[in-house]
Amino acid sequence: MDTIFAPATAQGKAGVAIVRLSGPEAWAAVARLTPRLPSPRVASLRRLSDASGDLLDEALLLLFDEGQSFTGEEMAELHLHGSHAVVKAVLEILGGMPGLRIAAPGEFTRRAFHNGRLDLTQVEGLADLIEAETQAQRKQASRVLSGAIGARAAEWRGRLLRGRALIEAMIDFADDELPDGLIERAVDEIRPVLASMQQELAGSAAAERIRDGFEVAIVGPPNAGKSTLLNAIAGRDAAITSEHAGTTRDVLEVRLELVGHAVTLLDMAGLRESADAVEKLGVARAKARAAAADLRVFLLPDAGCMTEVAVEDDDIVVRAKGDRVAEDVFKVSGLTGEGVEELLAAIGRVLGSRVAGAATITHARHASGLRVATEMLERIVADGGGAGREPELIAEDLRSVIHTLDSLVGRVDVEEILGEIFGTFCIGK
Amino acid sequence: MRVFHVKHVDVVVVGGGHAGAEAAHAAGRLGARVALVTLKRDAIGVMSCNPAIGGLGKGHIVREIDAMGGIMGLAADAAGIQYRLLNRRKGPAVQGPRVQADRALYRGAVQAMIAANPQIDLVEGEVVDLRVDHGRVCGVVLSDGSEIVASAVVITTGTFLRGCVHIGDRSYPAGRVGEAPSIRLADRITDLGVGFGRLKTGTPPRLDGRSIDWSVLEAQPADTDPVMMSFRTTVPQNRQVACGIAHTNARTHDLIAENLHRSAMYGGRIASSGPRYCPSIEDKIVRFSDKPSHQIFIEPEGLDDDTVYPNGISTSLPEDIQDAFVRSIRGLESVRIRQPGYAIEYDYVDPRALRGSLEMRDLDGLFLAGQINGTTGYEEAAGQGLLAGINAAHSATGRGSLMLTRAQAYIGVMIDDLTTRGVAEPYRMFTSRAEFRLTLRADNADERLTGLANDIGLIDADHRAAFEAKATALEQARVLLGSLEWTPDELQRLGLRINRDGVRRSGLDLLAFPGVNFDTLAGFSPRVAAIAPQIGAQIEREAQYRHYMKRQDADARALQRDAAFVLPGDLDYDRFGSIPTELREKLRAARPETIDQASRIDGMTPAALTLLLGHARRAQSREAAE
Repeated sequence: MDTIFAPATAQGKAGVAIVRLSGPEAWAAVARLTPRLPSPRVASLRRLSDASGDLLDEALLLLFDEGQSFTGEEMAELHLHGSHAVVKAVLEILGGMPGLRIAAPGEFTRRAFHNGRLDLTQVEGLADLIEAETQAQRKQASRVLSGAIGARAAEWRGRLLRGRALIEAMIDFADDELPDGLIERAVDEIRPVLASMQQELAGSAAAERIRDGFEVAIVGPPNAGKSTLLNAIAGRDAAITSEHAGTTRDVLEVRLELVGHAVTLLDMAGLRESADAVEKLGVARAKARAAAADLRVFLLPDAGCMTEVAVEDDDIVVRAKGDRVAEDVFKVSGLTGEGVEELLAAIGRVLGSRVAGAATITHARHASGLRVATEMLERIVADGGGAGREPELIAEDLRSVIHTLDSLVGRVDVEEILGEIFGTFCIGK
Repeated sequence: MRVFHVKHVDVVVVGGGHAGAEAAHAAGRLGARVALVTLKRDAIGVMSCNPAIGGLGKGHIVREIDAMGGIMGLAADAAGIQYRLLNRRKGPAVQGPRVQADRALYRGAVQAMIAANPQIDLVEGEVVDLRVDHGRVCGVVLSDGSEIVASAVVITTGTFLRGCVHIGDRSYPAGRVGEAPSIRLADRITDLGVGFGRLKTGTPPRLDGRSIDWSVLEAQPADTDPVMMSFRTTVPQNRQVACGIAHTNARTHDLIAENLHRSAMYGGRIASSGPRYCPSIEDKIVRFSDKPSHQIFIEPEGLDDDTVYPNGISTSLPEDIQDAFVRSIRGLESVRIRQPGYAIEYDYVDPRALRGSLEMRDLDGLFLAGQINGTTGYEEAAGQGLLAGINAAHSATGRGSLMLTRAQAYIGVMIDDLTTRGVAEPYRMFTSRAEFRLTLRADNADERLTGLANDIGLIDADHRAAFEAKATALEQARVLLGSLEWTPDELQRLGLRINRDGVRRSGLDLLAFPGVNFDTLAGFSPRVAAIAPQIGAQIEREAQYRHYMKRQDADARALQRDAAFVLPGDLDYDRFGSIPTELREKLRAARPETIDQASRIDGMTPAALTLLLGHARRAQSREAAE
C-alpha cells in the first residue's frame, strides 16, 4: 500500500496550510523532515528541513496511530505557514520519497471508507466534494497540457508507445520473422524521452507555466470593452485599448488578488471570425484558454449576442459598456467603473465555492511522476536495454512509466500497442 | 401423437469442440449429470485449424486449464509429436510451451477422457431450440423433436452459427468444411435480443506430404529438452518429428497480386473483419509489399498421416490459383493440395451480454463459451469452456459462481476483456494483455489455481497428491533458501563478486542476481544440493522477478479488494443523481459486476466510484445480516 499525501486545505490567503499523509510510511516520511517526532495526538511545533538541512518551515505536527485516524491508517498532519512556496517545496520533497505519492482525488476518503471509518451518508456527502476536487484538478491538468508541455507530452506518449510495442513484438511474436535489434530500436525511442523529461524536471519553465489560483476569462465579441474592463479592474494599463476592433491579438494575463483569491484575469482576443492569419490564431488560442478557465465572464454588447465559447454553470454574463445601456440589467462599464464592484463580488462568490490548490497538486503530481519515470527510463537506457535484462522486465518498466505518467500522456491501451505492432511488422503464420 | 423420451440432466453442453469438451468434463467432475450434444460423435476434440496446441499466452492458458483438472494439457501431451518452448532464452514469465499434435491422437485422447467421465452422456444431434421458463433456461430441443430438460445449458458452437465458407468466388453455408452450419440455433439466440457481430477467419490448403521435397526445406527440430504441456506428464508420449520451413518468393507474390480480385476477401465478397495477427497471404502481400518473402511452417498433421499444414498461407483464392502459388514455392513444386484453403465467416454474440461467469446477463442458466464469444484459438475456447462448465454445474446445483480475476489467471484476463470490452476482431490471447504478466506464468499455474480448483471439487486424488507433494517441497525449499545467509566476504570466497557492503544475503536474494542460478547455490550448501532439480528450477524462476513482486502484489491486492465488492446486477443508476448523466449511461450499458470493473469504465470519476463503493458495501452488509 502506497503512502499518500496531499494538501488538505484550500490554497489562498489562509494563514495555515495543512498537508496530510496517510499510509505505512507516513511517520517515517515526517521523520525525514524533522529529527524528533512528537507523541501521537499531541500537537507540537517542529522545524522542518530538507535533506541538505535547509529550513523549510516551522510547523505544527500531529501524528495519528493506525486505527485512530481519519483513514484508519497511520497518519500525519503538517500545519504549515500558508505560503505557496512552502507548500510547494514540502510537496515536492514528499513526492521524492520512496513509497510516497500524491493522493488521487478522494483517495483519503476511499481509504477511510475501506477501513470502515465512514458510513454511507458521510460518503455521499463527501462525493460532491471529491467531484469538485476532480473537476478542479482535471481543469488544471488540461490547462497545463494545452501549453508547451502538452506538445512535449504527446511526443513522449508516441515514443513510449512505440518503444513498448517493439519490446512486446519480440515477446509475443517470437515465432515470426522479426528484424534484429528491436531492443536497440526501443531504446532509441526512449532516449530522447528521457532527455526531454530531465530537461523538464531541471527547468523552472514548468513552474512558471503552472500558476496557482484561479483563471477567469473575460469573453466577448471584438470591441465589447474587455480590455477596458480589465484595465479598470487591474488599475493599470495592462492591455492596449483602442477604439478599433481586434486590437488584442493574443491572450493577455493579469495576475491579481480578487476578494481573497489569487486570480489570473485573461483578456481574450475578440471572438469573431477573421481573415487575418495572426488574429485567427489569436482567436483559436483565446477559445481554448477560455474553455479551460475556471470561470468565464461574458461581456456582451447586446442581449441576444452569442459567442462561440459555451456558457457553463456558474459563469457570469453581463452587458458590456454599461454606461451606454439604459435597461436595468447586470451591466458593467470599464470606462466609468459602473458595475465593477458588483462584478468583482459575483466573481468572489463563485470562486469562493470552488476548490483551490489544484495547480499545486497538479504540479506536484507531474513532478513526482516525471521523477519516477526518469528513474525507470534511466535504468532502461543505462544498460542499452540489453546486458542480461529480460525484455519482459523492460516492458514492465515501460508499462509502469506510462501508468505513472497517465495524467500527463494519457492512458495507453494494449489495443494501441497491438495496433502499433501489427502496423509495423508482418505478423502471423 | 409421437411421444419422445425426455431426458433429464443438470447441464446440457451444445458442441463437442475444445470449449464443449472442457465444459462437459468440468461439469461432470463437479458431480453434475451432463448431456454433451454434438452433431458428430467422431468430431469431438477435432482440431479444425492448425495441428498445434499452446504458444505465447495460449500455452499459459493450457497450463491453467490443466492446473484446474482440465483436458487440454493431457490430450496435447498424449498427441505431442514436436515440443517447442517459445521464448526459451527469455524470462520464464514469457516462455510459452507449445506442441505439434497428431490430430488423430489428440481427438482420441479427448474422446477417451469424455468417455471415462461417467457423468457425461453423449447425444448425437442438432440443437435447434432452447426451452425457457420464467426467465431461466430449462432445456433444449433437438432437430428430431426430442427434448433434454436441464437446469443449465452451455452453448459452444464455434464457427457454426450461420457459418459460410468462401473459396474464391464460391461460397456456401458450412460450419467447417464438409459440415453443415447451425442456422436454427442462431435464429433462436437472435430471439434472445443479444447483439450479434460477424467475424472472419481463414485456413490454408492442406498438402500431401509425400509430394513435398523435404530435402530442400529448412528443418525445425523438436526441443532436445522438451517441456510438457501438462503438469501431470513428465516425458513425451510419442516419437518426435521435425517441421519444415519454406519461403514464398517473388513469383508467389506476383501470382497472388495478379489474382487478388479473385480472392473472396479482396473481391469484396467478405466484409467482416479478420484477425490482424493471422492475416491471409493476400493480406500479407498487399500490406507488406516491400517484404520479398514470407516464411511458411510445414507442419505434419500426424505420425500416421502424411497430410501437412502449411502454416502462414491462409487464403481464400480460388483453387487453381492456390495450386499455382503453392507450387511456385521451393520444395513444393509438385505438391498436391488435398483440401483447398478457405475463409469462413460466422456469427458471434457480443460477449458484453455475458457476466464474468460466462452466463448470459439476461437469461439465467444459459452459458456461452468459445468462438461464439468472438475469440479464436483452441486454447481460448477451452479456457472459457472450463469456466462455463464449472459455473453451469454450480448454477444447476445452486452454488455460487466462480470467477477468476485479471490478477489470478490469463483465463480471468480473457473473460474480463471479453465481457467488459467486447471484441472488434477475433480475440486471441497475448502475454501483453496481462498486466500481471510477471506473476501469471505458465510454470506456476498450478500454484495459482490447483488449490482453488481442489476446493470446489475439480481435482482427482492422484492430481491432488502430486500437487500437494510439490507444494510442500517448494515451501520447504523456500524456507531453506530464505534462512541460509552469506556475508559478502563469504560469497567472495565462494567465487561470487558481490558488493562488499556488509549486507548478509539469503539464498532467495542471491537468486535474483544476474548470473546466479540454483546450481551456484547448490555448490554453496549440500542442503541446497539435496533439493530436487525441478523444485530448484521453480524456485529459480520465481526468484528472478523478486524485485518486481512487491509492486505487482500490491496492485493485485488492490484489484482483489475491489473485485470483492459486488454490485447488484439490477442496480438502478438513476438513483445516483450526482453521477453525471453520460457516465450513468455508460454504467447502465456496461453493467459492471464489481467495483474493479466499474473503476475501469472510461470516464469513471473518483466521486462516482466512491458512491458505488458505498452502495456495494451496504448491499454486502445487508446480505451478511440476512
